[in-house]
Amino acid sequence: MGKRVLLIEDEPNIIEAISFILSRDGWDVDTHANGRDAVDRVKERNPDLVILDVMLPGRSGFDILGDLRNQPETIDLPVLMLTARGQTKDREMAKRLGASCFMTKPFSNAEVLDIVRSLVEGQKAAS
Amino acid sequence: MSRSALTGSRIRERRNMLALRQADLARTVGISASYLNLIEHNRRRIAGKLLRDIAIALDVEPAALSEGAEAHMVARLREAAAEGGKRAELDRADEFAGRFPGWAELIVEKQRRVATLERTVEVLTDRLTHDPFLSAALHDMLTAVTAIRSTSTILVDTPGLEPEWRGRFHRNINEDSQRLTEASRALASYLDGVDDIDASVTSPQEEVEAFLTLNKYHFPELEDPEAEEDVIAEVLAGDTHLASASSKALAQAFLERYVEDVRALPMGRLKQALHDVGMQPSLLASRLGVDMARLFRRLAALPEEAGYGSIGFVSCDASGTLIQRKPLEGFPMPRFGAACPLWSLFRALSQPMMPLFEVVAQSGRGSGSFETYAIAQPTGALEFGKPMRFESAMLILPVDQEPADSSESVGVSCRICPKERCDARREPSILAEGF
Repeated sequence: MGKRVLLIEDEPNIIEAISFILSRDGWDVDTHANGRDAVDRVKERNPDLVILDVMLPGRSGFDILGDLRNQPETIDLPVLMLTARGQTKDREMAKRLGASCFMTKPFSNAEVLDIVRSLVEGQKAAS
Repeated sequence: MSRSALTGSRIRERRNMLALRQADLARTVGISASYLNLIEHNRRRIAGKLLRDIAIALDVEPAALSEGAEAHMVARLREAAAEGGKRAELDRADEFAGRFPGWAELIVEKQRRVATLERTVEVLTDRLTHDPFLSAALHDMLTAVTAIRSTSTILVDTPGLEPEWRGRFHRNINEDSQRLTEASRALASYLDGVDDIDASVTSPQEEVEAFLTLNKYHFPELEDPEAEEDVIAEVLAGDTHLASASSKALAQAFLERYVEDVRALPMGRLKQALHDVGMQPSLLASRLGVDMARLFRRLAALPEEAGYGSIGFVSCDASGTLIQRKPLEGFPMPRFGAACPLWSLFRALSQPMMPLFEVVAQSGRGSGSFETYAIAQPTGALEFGKPMRFESAMLILPVDQEPADSSESVGVSCRICPKERCDARREPSILAEGF
């Protein structure tokens, strides 16, 4: 069984594309499309990494990240933030809230794979 | 040098323009060349018959020599000097306009152009920073591009991709390309309207604002306190600016409140009180027995022909979000995003029911000063166990004189405010930094 990634994103075609490339790379991909209960979903699935979109229905990705960093069981969980807004203030906000990495749409598949691998390997090395 | 003394300069300029010799003009009007020379050098005053004779000889109206368009131009030059913030010889503006009318006109024209461009920058910056439509359109485009890029890379980089996946990804690309087309078309259509900023209406709030502006914030059909409820529907039915359901709902709410205000304070009573005590909000509220916010709204609804000049109004809810705006010349208000925190409109929220009065000038605009009257009042029904909701309202009256030193300097919003060293600043100004 590969490492588990939880993709929290509400755009169906992006979900399908990212799920496909990660699955072909050996990852066990779970998806969730709503911000409201995303934190519960993270706790329930206990992934090795979360890919989290900023603009989600129900709740902002920044709020979700803040909650994850305030809870002991997810405080160190690698989180890759995705956003269509590459503004400095969004980057700074993501950094301040404790995002492991921040990617601006549009991104390449290779970038996503590289970052996912490096975040989980970095986590493994740190533990 | 007084303005009347400059008549001589204008005579000389006009004579030179007609290639008329001084001696010839002097002879025509029956005076000596030396006396005309003194007049032309503004050393002798001129008026009455001689002025009329010279004007006839020079083929102009006497007023063009004694006043001309220069009174207006001198006023515009003074405004340009005030807005430029540089040291200019204000006391010699008359002389400058008289001796160098071409240069004076050029300065006035440049100043007008600068003001127009500043307004364009303000509106565009406001939109780029806060416009929800622009933000949503860009988000849609980037999302579609991301999906297309990711999916097409899979199709190219995955040899032997199963037909089922291939079909699904082709379908996804087709969907996303359609979405991209629609988003780009909407954005292009939106940006096409930039040339005509005032006409480029997009958000429900802007539609309502266009509707109110067109009606000059006054609805004669609703001014009858006995008017039937369906008059509002008739007013809305006759409008073409309110395209969306949201804007119609906002306009409906505005007009319902307008009708409530009319019933509480008919225009006839308001005008009579204005006639008796003048434009004094405290006295008017007391005499008419209405709350301040309602009085402010009724004053803002005065028709232009009432003769009380331009009256501005703005209100906000407890979050500071502007909910009704009636800007006036020299006192613009942001369409999106937060306004200047120095406005007493916001200070009133921390002192509910306390009337606040202040004389302010808009920073860097040199457009005179304004009296502002603000108050925050509870809104909606009062109920035990429920938090009280407040709205703040501010009336803005232009003051017909230059800003006094004691005037508080305020802005429109931080992003487009040139004021230096402001403790209330939230973010840097693009006017200070430039693009």
